[in-house]
Amino acid sequence: MNQVVQVEKLRKTYGATVAVDEVSFEVREGEIFGMVGPNGAGKTTTIECVEGLRRPERGTVRVLGLDPTRQERALRPLLGVQLQQANLPEHLKVWEALDLYASFYPHPVDWKGLIEQLGLAEKRDAAFHKLSGGQKQRLFIALALVNDPQLVFLDELTTGLDPQARHAIWDLMRDVRQRGKTIVLTTHFMEEAERLCDRVAILDHGRIVALDTPANLIQGLGIESRIVFSVEGGRTPEGLADLPSVTRVENLGDRIVVYGRTNGQNGHAPLVAEVVNALTSRGVRFDDLRTEQPSLEDVFLTLTGQAMRD
Amino acid sequence: MRAFLKLTRVEIKLFFREPYGAFFTLAFPLMLLFLFGAIYGNEPSPYFGGYGTVDVSVPAYTAMIIGTSGLLTLTITMAVYREFGILRRLRATPLRPQTILSAQVVVIFLMTLLGMALLVLAGKLVYHLRFDGNPLSVAAAFVLGSLSFFALGFVLAGLMPTARTAQVVGMVIFYPMIFLSGSAIPLEVMPEGVRSFARFLPLTHVVTLLRGLWIGEAWSQHTTEVIVLLALLVVGVLVSIKTFRWE
Ligand SMILES: Nc1ncnc2c1ncn2[C@@H]1O[C@H](COP(=O)(O)OP(=O)(O)O)[C@@H](O)[C@H]1O
Ligand SMILES: [Mg+2]
Repeated sequence: MNQVVQVEKLRKTYGATVAVDEVSFEVREGEIFGMVGPNGAGKTTTIECVEGLRRPERGTVRVLGLDPTRQERALRPLLGVQLQQANLPEHLKVWEALDLYASFYPHPVDWKGLIEQLGLAEKRDAAFHKLSGGQKQRLFIALALVNDPQLVFLDELTTGLDPQARHAIWDLMRDVRQRGKTIVLTTHFMEEAERLCDRVAILDHGRIVALDTPANLIQGLGIESRIVFSVEGGRTPEGLADLPSVTRVENLGDRIVVYGRTNGQNGHAPLVAEVVNALTSRGVRFDDLRTEQPSLEDVFLTLTGQAMRD
Repeated sequence: MRAFLKLTRVEIKLFFREPYGAFFTLAFPLMLLFLFGAIYGNEPSPYFGGYGTVDVSVPAYTAMIIGTSGLLTLTITMAVYREFGILRRLRATPLRPQTILSAQVVVIFLMTLLGMALLVLAGKLVYHLRFDGNPLSVAAAFVLGSLSFFALGFVLAGLMPTARTAQVVGMVIFYPMIFLSGSAIPLEVMPEGVRSFARFLPLTHVVTLLRGLWIGEAWSQHTTEVIVLLALLVVGVLVSIKTFRWE
């Protein structure tokens, strides 16, 4: 598979702050590659070094085979970029911004379609400073796509968007991938990385602590699934801990938490089926049962010992 | 080229949507012209070597517009574009910095020219404005004065840490300068002290050059002005290249 981005031992400091160190990864053609991590992890620094907007202190970066600092001119037309921090002139209208940015590129797409896709049709004639945070965000995503780029960089792609708009953007990104483009994004929403990205690099304190597909990351660490429910009287039903998939049982007062590792593999019934069967066959009345699959959030917690907070 | 033309068109639209800039470049000088025209008329006066108030005011107000464009409009625009990440976003496109900056220069130049054209038109229609110079000479002086002050504007924008300071510093330089340089009020009516101080203000040289060429004086009578403005232009361009920052 073609590698469209190669980063090797990237390092960047600001004064005494080491923002990024020893960061190496590659991005394959046609994938959605995500960088996740808490604020200050070094995501923006990394993505902007790759975009050629910041100069790495050490290490090599290749984008579509080019050096983004030395061959910026050749590279720019091929890239779409959404920055975490940017603005447009206050009085510039939405359509004018798209029309203007389209004129900077040799083969722009029809921006009228983008306006529709990003739900900005009603705001076509609105001035930039009249837009809400989410609308500005969507406009910047539109600007990143207006040149029909081969490779799209999106820094904090859905920050400031409501859940509905976020899902619409995810669909749009899958669409872009469908058309053979490559996407590199950063996010501090683990859920976004898990649901949207083909591969994810987890950053913490300027370093990559893990890099794989979301499924591999979750399975690789052997993180348990959880079944949570409540029972009358709050007493732990007997025999649950002996079920084949169950690793341990916790009683949190009114709630019982059953931990287990399998999801129907290795010949066992899925954890939830085993637990429910056991409860019903013993005549235990339970309530509020839900299953919690391990997520990237748990992976981050396991790897760094800290919870991901916004 | 397509990008440059589009950017220029958009920037012109933006200029007219920003009421403050458009007011001081286009409306305010006209208001002054009509105000002093109403008070003094345009009768030939010994004060101004046989020319009328309006005759000497049109080139002087033109210099004032040049000052506004360079020290206020351009300085503030560039400082805002930098501080708020407008330049940053442009930098991520294939546009060259030269294209972005020259579009700014062309737009502000056209607006300055429009300001002057309105003055000349009003002067001609209402006050029988006299013009005894060579149009090409005046045009050349206008271009020289404009470019020198635009360079000064880029320098200020480059040196100031924030848009707010750029705006304040631009104003602190601009407002005293328009009154002490003979651009808003003729130096002829000023005390001797002000007149000798005026020689140190760059805008005075634009006023003197434009007023002189306007009534048909020769370039050779204005070598000082030309040298000062050329020096300002060269130093300004060099310094602004050195101090230019995207963010
Ligand atoms: N321009 C800058 N100047 C100084 N420090 C910076 C700058 N940009 C980022 N940093 C610092 O570098 C670290 C990484 O920041 P950043 O790359 O923005 O992380 P993220 O995008 O993951 O939030 C942080 O400690 C941040 O304060
Ligand atoms: Mg960031």
